Amino acid sequence: MSAHAGSIHHSEAPKGWIRHYIFSLDHKIIGTQYILLGLSAVTIGVILSLIVRLHLVWPNLHIWGFANGIVSPEDYLRVITMHGTLMVFFVLTTVPQSGFGNYFLPIQIGAPDMAFPTINMLSFWTTFLALIVLLASAFVPGGATISGWTSYAPLSAVGEIAGPGLGLGQTLWVVSIALFCGGSLMSAINFLGTTIDLRTKGLSLMRMPLTVWGWFITACLALLAFGVLLAACILLLLDRLAQTSFFIPADLSVSGVVLHHAGGSPLLWQHLFWFFGHPEVYIAILPAMGIISHVLSTFSRKPVFGYKAMVYSLTAIGFLSFTVWGHHMFISGMNPYSALAFSILTLVIGVPSAIKTFNWLGTLWGGRIHFTAAMLFAIGFVSLFVTGGLSGIFLAQPALDLYLHDTSYVIGHFHLIMGVAAIFAMFAASYYWFPKMFGHMMNETLGKIHFWFTFIGVYCIFMPMHYLGYVGEARRYASTESVNYMIALHPVNMFISFSAFVTMSAQLLFYFNFFWSIKHGKPAERNPWHGTTLEWSVSTPVPHDNFAGDYPTVYRGPYEYSVPGAADDFIPQHLAPEQVAKAG
Amino acid sequence: MPHLTATDELEIIGSSGGAKPPAGSGRDGDGGRRGGSSGIPQRVYVTGITIAMGGILMFFMALVSAFIVRKGLGGDWLPFGMPRILWLNTGILLASSGALIQARRLFKRGDSGGFRHWWAVTTVLGLLFLVGQLIAWRQMVAAGFYLASNASNSFFYVLTAAHGLHLLGGIAALLFVGWGRLRKLTLATGTEIVSYYWHFLDGLWVFLFLLLLLGR
Repeated sequence: MSAHAGSIHHSEAPKGWIRHYIFSLDHKIIGTQYILLGLSAVTIGVILSLIVRLHLVWPNLHIWGFANGIVSPEDYLRVITMHGTLMVFFVLTTVPQSGFGNYFLPIQIGAPDMAFPTINMLSFWTTFLALIVLLASAFVPGGATISGWTSYAPLSAVGEIAGPGLGLGQTLWVVSIALFCGGSLMSAINFLGTTIDLRTKGLSLMRMPLTVWGWFITACLALLAFGVLLAACILLLLDRLAQTSFFIPADLSVSGVVLHHAGGSPLLWQHLFWFFGHPEVYIAILPAMGIISHVLSTFSRKPVFGYKAMVYSLTAIGFLSFTVWGHHMFISGMNPYSALAFSILTLVIGVPSAIKTFNWLGTLWGGRIHFTAAMLFAIGFVSLFVTGGLSGIFLAQPALDLYLHDTSYVIGHFHLIMGVAAIFAMFAASYYWFPKMFGHMMNETLGKIHFWFTFIGVYCIFMPMHYLGYVGEARRYASTESVNYMIALHPVNMFISFSAFVTMSAQLLFYFNFFWSIKHGKPAERNPWHGTTLEWSVSTPVPHDNFAGDYPTVYRGPYEYSVPGAADDFIPQHLAPEQVAKAG
Repeated sequence: MPHLTATDELEIIGSSGGAKPPAGSGRDGDGGRRGGSSGIPQRVYVTGITIAMGGILMFFMALVSAFIVRKGLGGDWLPFGMPRILWLNTGILLASSGALIQARRLFKRGDSGGFRHWWAVTTVLGLLFLVGQLIAWRQMVAAGFYLASNASNSFFYVLTAAHGLHLLGGIAALLFVGWGRLRKLTLATGTEIVSYYWHFLDGLWVFLFLLLLLGR
């Protein structure tokens, strides 16, 4: 490859350190920046959930950083708000799509970079600014907001008078999310433009790796959803700062004061928010689905079962995600007929989801399975997806949801299917692509120990929450001990908390493995997993413009494993037919 | 892509699963530029602006649906008198689109002077529209319709401001393509994507104007 250096095809890497690592235009650096941003956000998010679990079982425990060491009910709400916002926006939305997607999409489609490198850089720095603004909100007078990651109006709209954190803290929250919307929109334009126009010779749509399909459909969702949230944020800001009445109803009495607002609609905020919020769930999980399909196929040494069905079901899920936002609002007093429509549409999503699950199992079926750490996390993802998906079918029924909505049943459900499942995909992606990103292997034994602790741990944390929800443990209560019937649930909460402590500690294995392996891991060969897609055809570390001007031609689909008559059990996409070694 | 022109190095690629390879011709040239953007074909800018317009449309549709829902739910909706100058502004913006069409026609004919002339006319008309919108705001304020007076007024200000800001971006793009130093874009692509965006904002304004006129 180096023979091409200096030819007219080859663009030079920028020289200075700042241009290279900070304000970089290279999609690989930007992807890494996103991953590190996500890693910082997830670290803070996990510490916040540690505070939640500590406080729920030992309410009087002194915790550093809180006034007098005591977590007040308002502090508890601040903590869950920041936990939710950090995790949903800055981890689940950011890492699988903008992190791994940025890094590997251009390489997997044979492109030198993203289509709009400057916009790519801007989207990262906008997202970074959004994170800083969000974190800063914890340090302003009144502290961070207490209105939850959904920021329901009118609580979020009326300002300081409604409680601590609802002044400047809430304003900064809205500004942060509005900035995040801007970053995500720019990023979506880049992903779509790149996938549509920069595919290399021979890479037709139906030859794209499923990872690329996942990123592509996700970018469509992001493009259509984040604009709506941005609009909602602007209206909310005006309600807060300019005394408009979009979301604040007339004659609202807050803290004994009647507010001078006219007949705004709190439900309007819910509609706008969830019109974004439900696609957002799929923005988190669709890239994960792509990554999992990719990893399962590689380590089963088999083609993805039903590739086309995978593509169509991905598209169907993406489309349906815009039609079901009302299922987050069953308890808002909506017309039962609307609820019925939203309920049926929600159940319909079960169909493409079941197709995907069936095809993942079909991919595993009869394969020569290599139980690497990445593969274990991929199989773990399928398990979590099924478990979390099944409780979703219960929640899709309005009659059941009315009862379960404000209980920890919902917490268990969405953590399994959205939170932990997507995190498992990030782990799978880390173990799988680490050798290409850093030129070293992560330690497999540590990875497997990390998997088993995490896998068993998350089930121990989130399964009992379903039970707690059934018997009526309310969400968002800072203390379960002040409510009579919840006192009896204390042992279960104790079990969940201890499971959480063990699971969180096990993540230290991952941090250690990740950062230690960057320098000291076993050196990686170019294609350690014997993968077929284009990222394994380039040298490690990947050159500045990926292919050093020597763009590959693609001759076949992405998952040609164990092809009868071939000498190797994999045929890379870029290998010309005459180069493929025959068996025997 | 609505239509392609002879001056553009655009190639249509199969958008469905055919095995026909995407063009590789755009990969040449453009060596040694900082930032590793070698090999970006021009058509990607057309795709990019099309996608961006989709996102912008969703943003405005969210505001419009909020308008409709808020009007239906609130029960406190008070109509306001639309500033008369908005009719004039609408005419100016439509005229600017006409000037832009003329500019591109001359550009394709290779008439560089005529192109610049009509491109400048478009830009000036765009600026006039914005000035007109500001006057409309002044007239609203003079009539006592403030941002927070009533939800109908709030939406008037929000929709016109959001549209105005997008149009300001359009004017920046007109200035940049007309008189700036293009680096990655060819002039043909530049004029093409700016005109799509400009006509889009024009159509969007007509829609918003009718919405405000009939829905206030």
